[in-house]
Amino acid sequence: MALSVTDLRVWYRTLKGDVKALDGVTFDVADGEIMGIAGESGCGKTTLGKALIRLDTRMRHEGGTVALDGEKLPIADDAAMRRYRYREVSLIPQYAMSAMNPTRKIGKMIRDLLAAHGVRYAEVLPELERRLGLVGLDAEVLKRYPIELSGGMKQRVVLVLSTLLNPSLLIGDEVTSALDVSSQKAVARALVEFRDHGFVRSMIVITHDISVLFQVADTILVMYAGHLAEKAPARTIIDAPLHPYTKMLIGALPQVGDRYDEQRLSGIEGRPPSLLDPPTGCRFRDRCPLAHDRCAEAPPFREVAEGHQVACWAVS
Amino acid sequence: MRGYLARKTLVYGLTFVVAVTLNWLIPRLMPGDPVQRMVARAAVQHPETIASMAAYYERTFGLDLPIWQQYLNYWAALFRGDLGTSVWLFPTPVSQVVLEAVPYTLGIMIPAIVLSFVVGNTVGAMAARSRWLDNVALPVGYLVTAMPYMWLAILLAWGLGVALGWFPVAGGYDFGLVPQWSWTFVADLLHHWVLPFLSLFLVSLGGWAIGMRNLIIYELESDYSNYLSALGAPRRLVRRYAFRNAMLPQITGLALQLGTVLGGALVTEIVFGYPGLGKLVLSAIQNQDFFLLQGTLLFVVIGVLVANFVIDIVYVLVDPRTRTGLTGATA
Repeated sequence: MALSVTDLRVWYRTLKGDVKALDGVTFDVADGEIMGIAGESGCGKTTLGKALIRLDTRMRHEGGTVALDGEKLPIADDAAMRRYRYREVSLIPQYAMSAMNPTRKIGKMIRDLLAAHGVRYAEVLPELERRLGLVGLDAEVLKRYPIELSGGMKQRVVLVLSTLLNPSLLIGDEVTSALDVSSQKAVARALVEFRDHGFVRSMIVITHDISVLFQVADTILVMYAGHLAEKAPARTIIDAPLHPYTKMLIGALPQVGDRYDEQRLSGIEGRPPSLLDPPTGCRFRDRCPLAHDRCAEAPPFREVAEGHQVACWAVS
Repeated sequence: MRGYLARKTLVYGLTFVVAVTLNWLIPRLMPGDPVQRMVARAAVQHPETIASMAAYYERTFGLDLPIWQQYLNYWAALFRGDLGTSVWLFPTPVSQVVLEAVPYTLGIMIPAIVLSFVVGNTVGAMAARSRWLDNVALPVGYLVTAMPYMWLAILLAWGLGVALGWFPVAGGYDFGLVPQWSWTFVADLLHHWVLPFLSLFLVSLGGWAIGMRNLIIYELESDYSNYLSALGAPRRLVRRYAFRNAMLPQITGLALQLGTVLGGALVTEIVFGYPGLGKLVLSAIQNQDFFLLQGTLLFVVIGVLVANFVIDIVYVLVDPRTRTGLTGATA
C-alpha cells in the first residue's frame, strides 16, 4: 500500500472558529494507482492535497495519520516534513502559470532547488532533458525565463520539475483547470505516461472536473463537505455509482449524444453545509432524496464490493 | 537593447532641452531687475552715470538683446561651458561658484541615499521575518518617514547641536579655518557633515524599510514561494528569491525618490547653513542673481537626469521581464 490515510482531520483556524474542512477521512492508494478526487468547491479536496505535503499557516492537524510506504509522515511538523517533500511526496500546484520565479532562468531555478536537496544538477541534466523531450519540450527552455513560455509549456515544465526525483506520491491539484481542452488532453496523457514510466509510483489528481478524471484516473474518490462519499474504480463511478451524491454529480454532467434543448441538465438543489459548525450525521442529508431517520447518525465508509467503498445508509 | 538605449537617450535629451528652457525662463519671469540692483549697490546719484552703468551691465550680461537672441546665446554659451557671470558675487563666473558648492551637496546626498537604501532595505527584509523587529521598525519607520526634512533637521540641530552640543549647527567647516588638506580641517569638515547627512539619511530610511517589509511579505506569499516550499526548498532559498524580486520595485522607487531627496538636501542645507547648492539657490533668489540661479538649477537638473538614466539601465539589467519586453518574447 503506497499511501494509507487514517481518520485524518485538518481544520482551518479562523476568527469565527474552526472550519472543519477535512473531518475524518480514511482511504488507501495502491502502488501505481492514480486516484482522482472529485467534489464541489469547499468539499475539502484541496485541503486533503495540501495536508499530504505542506500545511499552510492557517491549517491545523487535528488528528489522524498519514503513512507513505509504511513510514508515518510528520505532516504537522513543517521542518521534519521537509525531508519527505520532493523526494517522497511532490506536488503539481493549481497555479503552474505563476509557480516559477519570474526573474530566474528555469534551469538555474532547478539547479538551486536540486542543490538544496543535495543533488548535482549536472548529474540529473541528461534525465531532465530526456523528460522534457517526453512532454514535447526542447532542452532549450532551461535557458529561458518563465515569462517566455506559454501556459501549456509552463504546465509541462512544472510536471517534469515536480517529478524529477521520482517521488513515491505525486499530488496534482487542479492540474488541468487553467488549460484549454487540447492542452488538458496533453497534460492528462503526460500524467499517465509518467506513471507508466515509473517516474512516480502513485498519484492523487484533484479536480472539480470529473471528465478529466475519467481520462486519467484508475479510481475516483468523491468527497462531500469534509467527508468521503464514495471510492470506486473510475468506470464504476461513471456507470454505476451508489452514493446519491455521486449519482447526482454524474447526472449533472452533459452526455455526448443527448440534446439539451429538449431536456434541462439537472443540477443539485441546495448548497453544502457550513463547515464552521457542520451538522451531525450524514452531511448530505439535507439535499438527499433518500434521506431518512437513520441519516442523523454518520454512515461508515464501508466496502460494498471489491474496491468499492460507500458512506451511505441507503446503500449498505 | 540598442533600440532601447537609443529611445531612452532621445527621451532624456528632450527632457533636458525642456528643463534647460524652463530653467532659463523662470528667473526672467521673477519680479525685480538685477541690473537696477547692481547699480543701486554702487550708490551713485548722477543720472547719466546710472544710465551708462546700467547700459554697461546690460551689455555684459547680454540683457540688451531681444529675448529670443538671449535664449539662443544661452544655449551657445552652455555648450562652451560658460554659465555666465554671477551678479551677487560679481565678477566671479557662475560655473566656478557652482563647482565649489557641488561637492558639499554630493557629499551629503550620495552617502545619505546609498546608506539609507542599503540599511533601509536590510532592516525591512529582516523585519518581515521577525515579529519583534517588525513591531519596533514599523512604527518608527512611519514616524520618521512622515517627517518633513527641514523639521527633522531643526530637531536634530536643536537636540544634538544646541542642547547636547555634540555637533556644530551651521556651516560646512569652522569659520576660523582655511580650506586645505590637513587632518584638522578634514576632521572639522566631517564634524560639520554629520547633522545634515543624518537628517537626510533618517527621513529616507523609514520609507525604504516599510516598503521592503511589505514587498517581502507579499513575495513570500506568492505562488513561486509556495511552490518552492512545497518542494522542500529551504527557507534561505525562498527568502533569497523573495528579496531579489522585492528589490525591483525598490529600484524604481529610488529613481522616483531622487528628485525629492535632492529637494530635501537643498532645504536641509539651508537649515544648517551648509555651503552646498541649496544655500546657493537661496542666495541667488535673495540677490536676484539670474545667472547663478540658472547655473545651480542646471546642475540639479543634470544630476537628476543622469541618476535616473543610470537607474533605468540598471533596472533593465536586473529584471529579465523588461528585457524580454524590449526584444519581443519568443514563446
